[in-house]
Amino acid sequence: MIFSAMGIWNYWVVFILMMIGLFIVIDRKNLLKKIVGLTIFQTSVFLLYITFGKITGGTAPILTGSSLTVYSNPLPHVLILTAIVVGVATTALGLALVVRINSVYGSIEEDDISAQDLIDYHDQNTPIEKTREKYSK
Amino acid sequence: MIDYLLIHFPILIVVFPLMMALIVVLISNNFLSWLVCLITTFITFLISIFLFNQLQDVSIISYALGNWLPPIGIEYIIDHVSIIPIIIISGIGFLATIFAYKIMPTEIDSNSISKTYSLWLLAIAGLLGLVTTGDAFNLFVFLEISSLASVTLVAMGAKKDRQALIAAYNYLIIGAVGATFYVIGVGLLYAITGTLNMNDLTERLADIENNRALIAGFGFMILGIMIKAAIFPLHIWLPRAYAYAPSAVSILLAATATKASIYILARILFSIFSTSEELVNYTLTYIILPLSICAMFAGTIMAIYEKDIKRLLAHSSIAQVGYITLAFSVGTKSSIAAGFIHMANHAMIKGGLFMAITSMGYYIQKRITLDTLSGIGKQMPITFFCFIVCSLSLAGLPLTAGFISKLYLIKASISSEGLWLGFLILFSSALSLVYLWKMIEALWLNSKDNNQPKVKESPILYSSLLVITFLNIYFGLDASFIVDSSFNAADMLIGRR
Repeated sequence: MIFSAMGIWNYWVVFILMMIGLFIVIDRKNLLKKIVGLTIFQTSVFLLYITFGKITGGTAPILTGSSLTVYSNPLPHVLILTAIVVGVATTALGLALVVRINSVYGSIEEDDISAQDLIDYHDQNTPIEKTREKYSK
Repeated sequence: MIDYLLIHFPILIVVFPLMMALIVVLISNNFLSWLVCLITTFITFLISIFLFNQLQDVSIISYALGNWLPPIGIEYIIDHVSIIPIIIISGIGFLATIFAYKIMPTEIDSNSISKTYSLWLLAIAGLLGLVTTGDAFNLFVFLEISSLASVTLVAMGAKKDRQALIAAYNYLIIGAVGATFYVIGVGLLYAITGTLNMNDLTERLADIENNRALIAGFGFMILGIMIKAAIFPLHIWLPRAYAYAPSAVSILLAATATKASIYILARILFSIFSTSEELVNYTLTYIILPLSICAMFAGTIMAIYEKDIKRLLAHSSIAQVGYITLAFSVGTKSSIAAGFIHMANHAMIKGGLFMAITSMGYYIQKRITLDTLSGIGKQMPITFFCFIVCSLSLAGLPLTAGFISKLYLIKASISSEGLWLGFLILFSSALSLVYLWKMIEALWLNSKDNNQPKVKESPILYSSLLVITFLNIYFGLDASFIVDSSFNAADMLIGRR
């Protein structure tokens, strides 16, 4: 029982990471930590794909001439290369947004920000500068 | 030369705006960048019309990217189903670009306008790629191109209201989680079939029965796309993103973004998984149908209690997405056709409403709420007329396009599910009159705010609005074009069963 569970060790790692990442995205109120969680979540998916492609005893798919060599499937690696690029773009955009949010709200805690938004909602006609002054006092 | 180009139209429709986006970002003159963007969207629209004409002779256009034959290479498919969202996206993209000329400078810093147009084209290219591609993983890449571009576009609203940043952030995080769910699903399917081509997936899935990986993969894919399509409990990112985005962006996103995702949902349900009938039917009856009914009522009720007009329209979009998915969940041929009819009509209606509201708010540099716009209708008769026509179309009154889609929807749902469903649809449509009347009352009947500036209508703003209003009336009188192409689409999707 334990050995059969250990045999799929990679999948255990994948799903533990996946749940950790998703939990951080949902639970943390800090905008930066949410991005960390998202990155962990995406990385777990990368691992999942790599695990699909692995064949026990398989090597890198480079033709050597001998017909006995077992190759791992290279396609998941290529797919994940694309997904990594997408992930980097997502993270970069997220971080850029967090920087902007920090400079405008002076905080990256969700509770702070929604409290400020609530006040904005009540006096919508005052421009941003005045609201910001009010908060700096 | 031209013959050579003709063969490559299925890829050009995606790559042309993508490449032009790179050129637009280099142009520093605001007017020139707008002009290039306009020409690009116009040519894209022409290509889509051409592709539509081509489809009258052949039922399917398959394009092998880089001449690598499918299923090994990436395939681009244009058929009766995907041509509907293609025409919606390129058409609305063109109209919204005309409209954007006057609106953009009021809401965005003048030195970032050309960058905004570049992102604008990227978003259009991403959405077009999303609906054209026949490769499940390629779809993910386009999903991310379009969503990253639209997140940045939403964040551009920060000059007017800082909440745009939070809206963009939430859109980004929720969208990225959705896209990642989709990738997990694709990965599981790849593990059991060894292919990513959609047609090939269908064939290979037919041999696999009751596999747990198949069910899990199906669940992940559907869930990921449902987040992107803003289906009821997963809609939370939508109202804020539409409300705080720059107005021109709201028009583009409201009319196109969710449509593309709903199309993908239909593709997954009826095309990729067409062989695992039991699973799909279960999902349709026990998950999508109840959620759609909830969406219809929840969206409408949230809209009734909303004061901010752009947010109100966004809430009503959630309800309208509910109608479309409801049509799909009934699962008969005529109901799926009704879903596509409503998809096209809703793009015209919501595009028109957002345009009308934006041009009314153009002279008032404040948030567009029921109070700040009170009594403005009398000063802008043309815009207000268009607004009324689009509102009536949304409520589904006869002689407008909305009536046609409601008619087909109710007919299809009564004939297969029973009277109760038709009654629920009618009831929620009646409820939508409440918020429409609330807007009309504020804009026309209420007295004018005294510190409101003098308002004059501008032809650049109302020209594209008039076009969209005309379409709303025209398709209400003679809907054969939309109805025929929707029934062709439904034939194509369900035909395999």
